[in-house]
Formats: sequence, C-alpha cells, structure tokens
Amino acid sequence: MSFKTHCLAAVAALALICGSAQAQTLRYANQGELKSLDPYTVNETTTHAHLGHPYEGLIRRGKNLEILPGLAEKWEVSADGLTWRFFLRKGVKFHGGEDFTADDVVFSADRSRAPGSNVQTRVPTGAKVVKIDDYTVDFQLPSPNPILHYQWDTWYIMSKKWAEANNSTQPTPANATTPTFASLNANGTGAFKVESHQPGVKTVYKVNENWWNKNPEHNLKEIIFTPIASDATRVAALLSGEVDVIEPVPIQDIQRVNASANAQVLTGPELRTIFLGMDQVRDELLESSVKGKNPFKDIRVRQAFYQAIDIETIKSRVMRGLSTPSPLMIAPELFPSTGFTRAKFDSAAAKKLLVDAGYPDGFELGMDCPNDRYVNDGAICQAVVGMLARIGVKVNLNAQPKGQYFGKVLKPGGYKTSFYLLGWTPGTSDAHNVLFDIMGCRDNPASSRGESNVGGYCNKKLDALTDQILVEADKAKRDAMIREAFQLSIDDFGYIPLHQQALAWGVSKKVKLPQRADNAVNFQYAIKE
Amino acid sequence: MLAFILRRLFQSLIVMLSVALIAFAMFRFVGDPVNQIVSIDTPQAQVAEIRRSLGLDDPFLVQFGRYIYNAARLEFGVSYQFRLPVISLLGERAPATLELAFCSALFSLAVGIPMGVYTALRRESPLAKLFQAISLVGISLPTFLIGILLIYLFSVTLGWLPSFGRGEVVKIGSWWTTGLLTGSGLKALILPSITLGLFQMTLIMRLVRAEMLEVLRADYIKFARARGLKTRAIHFGHALKNTLVPVITIAGLQLGSIIAFAIITETVFQWPGMGQLFLRSVQNVDIPIMAAYLMLISFLFVSINLAVDLLYALVDPRLRATVGAH
Repeated sequence: MSFKTHCLAAVAALALICGSAQAQTLRYANQGELKSLDPYTVNETTTHAHLGHPYEGLIRRGKNLEILPGLAEKWEVSADGLTWRFFLRKGVKFHGGEDFTADDVVFSADRSRAPGSNVQTRVPTGAKVVKIDDYTVDFQLPSPNPILHYQWDTWYIMSKKWAEANNSTQPTPANATTPTFASLNANGTGAFKVESHQPGVKTVYKVNENWWNKNPEHNLKEIIFTPIASDATRVAALLSGEVDVIEPVPIQDIQRVNASANAQVLTGPELRTIFLGMDQVRDELLESSVKGKNPFKDIRVRQAFYQAIDIETIKSRVMRGLSTPSPLMIAPELFPSTGFTRAKFDSAAAKKLLVDAGYPDGFELGMDCPNDRYVNDGAICQAVVGMLARIGVKVNLNAQPKGQYFGKVLKPGGYKTSFYLLGWTPGTSDAHNVLFDIMGCRDNPASSRGESNVGGYCNKKLDALTDQILVEADKAKRDAMIREAFQLSIDDFGYIPLHQQALAWGVSKKVKLPQRADNAVNFQYAIKE
Repeated sequence: MLAFILRRLFQSLIVMLSVALIAFAMFRFVGDPVNQIVSIDTPQAQVAEIRRSLGLDDPFLVQFGRYIYNAARLEFGVSYQFRLPVISLLGERAPATLELAFCSALFSLAVGIPMGVYTALRRESPLAKLFQAISLVGISLPTFLIGILLIYLFSVTLGWLPSFGRGEVVKIGSWWTTGLLTGSGLKALILPSITLGLFQMTLIMRLVRAEMLEVLRADYIKFARARGLKTRAIHFGHALKNTLVPVITIAGLQLGSIIAFAIITETVFQWPGMGQLFLRSVQNVDIPIMAAYLMLISFLFVSINLAVDLLYALVDPRLRATVGAH
C-alpha cells in the first residue's frame, strides 16, 4: 500500500470512530403520555420514567434494579434503625444553575407529602426530615423501616429556590383551578433538560452538559418523545424508521417487527404479577347459582379452581410464549421463587375436589376482568372460563374497560366482585407491599391493611409476620419470614397467581438499550449509532 | 323577524342544555375518574379525600348545576390527568384539528368535483366506472382501516410520507401553530387529509354527478346546444356553474361534521388535535375534557344550524310566515 492509501485508511478509520461516538437524536414513542412535568402529581410508570430524564432521586436504580447512590453519595442507619443519615453529593447543580443542597431535600420531602401530591407514601408521614448541614440530612422515623429508600429512585428532588421563585411550592391538586408553573416546566439535576413540552403531544429533551456524572453511559444529544396510542401506527412508525424505540409492541406484531430489516423486539419478564382472586368474605357470592353460602370459603373449591387452570396453555396460546408462570404473588426479580412450585394442573383432581366440597355438578358464578389494562387480559379470562367449564363451573365473564373495572372491584366500588383478575407490581419493589396491600386481612376499617385485597383473603398469622417483616432489619431473618408468609397463603390457596407478563420494546437496530423489568424506559444507558 | 330570531336562539340554548345533560349522565358509565388519578396503592383515605374535593360525592343534579354554572362563565375546569386548564388544552389542540379539517375539505372538493363532472360527462368510459368503484370503497371502508392501509403503503413500504404527527410546526401569533408553512408539516398533512376527506369526496362526487346529469337534461342546455355553443362552454360555463350551488351548501354544512368526526383519523395518525385529546380523555375518564369537548362540538352544530335557519328565513319570507304562525 502506498503512503496515500495509508492516509486515506487512517482518515476513514478516524471518521468511523468519530461517527460512532457522535452525539445522536433518539426518537421514542410510547402508548402512554407524559402527563405532567410536576414529579409529585402523577404516580404512574410512564410518567415517572420520563421524569427520570430531567430529575433525580437520592438513590437511583441500575440496569438490574440494584440500588445505587444518586444524589446521596452514601447513607448510614443508626443502631436502633430510627435515624437514617444521608450524605449528599457535592457540586451538583440544577438545570437552572441553583446549587443542590440539604434544603432542597427537606423542601422536596415537605412538598411530596403536601395535599395534592400523589407520591405521599414515598416519605412516611411520621418521618421528620432534618438538615444537619448543607450536605447532610437526617430522616427520623417513628418506627424502623429497612426499605425506607427503596422507592426513592422516583422520589425526585426539586429545587427549593426555583419552586419558590415560580410560585410552585405546592403540587397541583386534582381539583385545582390554576395549575402550577412546575406542571409545565422542569428544573432537575438529571442527565437531560426539558427543552419543550406539550402535554400529550411532544416532549423534547436536550443533554445536560453540566451533569455531575462526567462519564455518562449514553451518547445522546437529544430525545424526542411522542405518545402514539394506536398500536398499528406505533409499529408502523418503528418499521418506517421514523422512531427508534417504541413501547409496547403488541404481542401479535412481535414476529413482524423481528422480521423487518431495521428493528427488533426486546422481550423480558415484567415485575407485574397477574393473578386471580376469589371473594372469601361475603356469606353469599354476588353473582352465583349457589345460594346461602360462599363456595370460596371452602379451601377445596379454591384448590379446585387453581388446579383447573392450565397455565402452560395460557402461556403458549394466549401469551404466545411470552409469559413466565409464577408460583408466587411477587416477581422472582424482587423475591426469589426457588423452592416454591405451582400446584399441578389436574382437571380430574380438581373435579374430585369439587365433588368432595359438595358441588358434584359444579356451579355458576360471575367473573370481572379488565380488557385494556394488562397484556391480553381479556383473552386470559376467556381461557380461564373455558378451563373452569371442564370441571363443571360455568363462569359468566364480564370483561370491561379499566375505568369501569377498577371503579367496580376496588374499595370505592365496594369490592363488588366474586372472581376477578388483577395485576400487581409492588411500588416499593419489596415483598412487604404485597403481603400488606394484597394479602393482609381487611377486617379492621381503621387500618389501610388489605385495601387492595379485593377478595378479602385473610390469615392472622400472615398479618403478624407482615408486621415483623416491616421492622426487621436483618436480611436473612427477614427473608425467612417473607418465605413463611408466602407459604401460608399458598397453603391456603388464598390466591391463584398466574404469570409475569412480558415486556416488549421495539428497538431500532441502531440503538442499544438495557431493558429493566420495571418497564421504565430510561435513556441514560442508551447508545445510538 | 326579531321574535323568530329570539325563538331560534332559545331553542338552540335548550339543545345545548340537553346535550350537556345527556353527556353528563353518560359520564357515570365511563368509570371512576378517581381511580385514574391515583395509583393502585394510594391509601383509600386519600382517595376518598380526592373524591370529596372534586365534588364527586354530591348528588347528580348538584354536580350538573355546578357544571352548567361554570360553563356559562366559560369555566371548564382543570383536566384531572394533566392538571392544566381544559380551555388551554383544547385551544392548543384546535389549530391542528382545524387545519386538518380544512385540508381534507379542500381535498374532497378538489378531487370530488372533477371526478363527479367526469363520471357525469363520460358515463360509459372505463375510467368513470373506476371512479365509481373507488367511490364505493370510500363509502364502505371504515376510516381507521383506510388510514392504516395508507400508512402501510406510503410510510412503511414506500417510505414517502410520515405515519404520525404534524411534522415541524411554526407559531403564528400567541397560540396558533401551523404545519402549512414547513415541508414536513405539509407532508404530514397528506395522509390524514385523504383519510378524513375520502368519505366527503365520495359524497361530493356522487352529488356533482347526479346534479350534473339533472342539469344536462334541462331545457336551457338543449337551447344552448341548439344555438351552436361549443360543448366545452356548455358543460363548464353553464352546466357546472348551476351544479355547484347545492354542492357548496352541502360542503359548508359538512365542515362541521369533518371537525367533529376527525376523532378516528386523529387517533390513527396520532394527529395532535382535539379529537385525539377527547378519545384519550375517555380512556382516562378525564371528565372535564370530555364535557368541554362535547359542549364545543354541540355548540358548533347548533350555531351552524342556527345560521342556516336564519339565512333561509332571511332569503325566503314564506318560511318566516309559517314558522311565525305556529
């Protein structure tokens, strides 16, 4: 090779290197909307994930949901477990130029617990937040709480000075007459700044050149977000290359996307557990042919329902292989399910259990199911109806839009259901939330225990364990108690866990992006060629 | 005349109130708005507090009365989802819907009239038969299917036109945004305009064809032919001119329904207009947006009808007399 060709090759190589490192624009489309820029207004995955671009919490969660230092560099817990001390990162600036200090943490704690906030549970009501110095904050708790910081990746820290200057010290409540400045503007410390935001239409983020993290893992200069509600249009936009990332890809379109030249589908289990619940409280089911008694109070009936359901068929036919059958009411990413197995699918055994329980000819009952909330939710319920028919139970399915469904089956609607399908992701990413909200007895009206326990399953021993789990700081002991509690509900056939549904993100072949099981599409780790 | 106008105004007001009442009653069946505002693990005490603060615990008539009182002062409240005033949300979306509606009306006229004229003049030609067949498609295929077919052909397969959105928009004045002044904005308008305008186009084509055939049979056309005028002059100078009068009336009236029925097209193309905002608000049980949108659309129809009635009365005194006699 001549000197000239060497030079040319060197130039070409250099151009390639520069090309790959070049900052890029990433276009993203989601089914849902970024509803408000105020981080305390809406408690919803899509909105939180978006706000993770301009805003940051004291902690953050890594690619595998592990807890990492965020705006707090480190933290320590006092021996009695009542005081948590957070040491804040120094030299961090908000997008508006304000310094990040302990005042902002105290302010954010107050604001997130103010009326109108939808993230009031992030910082416990009884906790006192005390500034020690500019870069140290104490959280003083009325009782120990080993998972205090678990949800803080989405408890975003706002600037006190900025909020005060813009009359936004309170979040906008749902009955407001005037919105706050913060619902249309953002001022965080995060990797991206909000360049423009039109609610429900388009949001543009630009890279934050002054981010404290000097070695960002992404190579983006801009993110353009557009919500696209229509499934067909969203897939078309990905296939035609108009957007780089979409979420979700409808299950029936996965093959087509994978067959295309410029995009593929990232799939993986989601943290959400889909399960069936049975009314075990009423003396007579609301919609049933059985009068004068409630068949679900009989454990044999509950077991029969459990064993009548062929989870593998649901996986292969309804979910097209994209589900992970689950023995537990919590995802294995959050609590290991080793040692637990699902009760075996066995129609004959189920039929026999029904006969033993005194229903040789089966019975009839109503079932409530959403049809626009979870992946193929309506179809799952259809399949369940068919499977129960084989053991003689006639199910009258009422599949309805989520607006009506949740209004009917949750507490404000008076838990008006006999048999239902629901999905649950513990907001705290911890088993306690499931044991308390879903499996706790709801016999004490003064307590919020079991508020989402629609069927009213109740086991006092499980409740006692749950209370100990809340305050137990020793991880090994705590895990053992969680196992014991879950085993209790399994032995009771209190619930019928079905599966972890799958995430399906459509990603252009030019983009590399880790998929997190909590379904937060965060571009901090995205690389685009 | 004054009495007539007043009576018509009063009737319009009654219509608006009935629409509001029916819409408001329907909201009860959409679902529970509070569950869409809070997350599933929000403490129920807080849920109850939100429900109370929104006045959802009040009796139906109290809620309705409050709504009408506020609406009369042009207060449409704050969206539950976005926590922003409904008026500004709708105002922001209005330019997109109006531009789409006008473009699709323009498309339906620009394509529908020549097609109608052609099929009337050359009834037996193969092209005319093809146009007739296309018009059948336009009438029988649902809008969303047409939209998706166009997207697959022109966006995914050919890659010529965008599949969603408005492209780049330019701001005119304080709140009007337009896509008409940028290349990507114009390109983004093509597919949704065709989708939305196809039905109107078919309608206009068939109307023009029928009217034209009617007019061509009229005596003055025969006389014009007898006088030896050129066919071209007869067709376009005399026949078409007389055909267009009813067509323009219909096209004007149809504009209202284009705006109102843009919902499906806007959803398919993720067109950031009022229709899409409305559909999303139904899914999210965002009652303030739903109510304001329905009121706006009924206002649109009521005003168009009122204007038409008044114009007719102005033009035709007999109508005034008969209405007045009742």
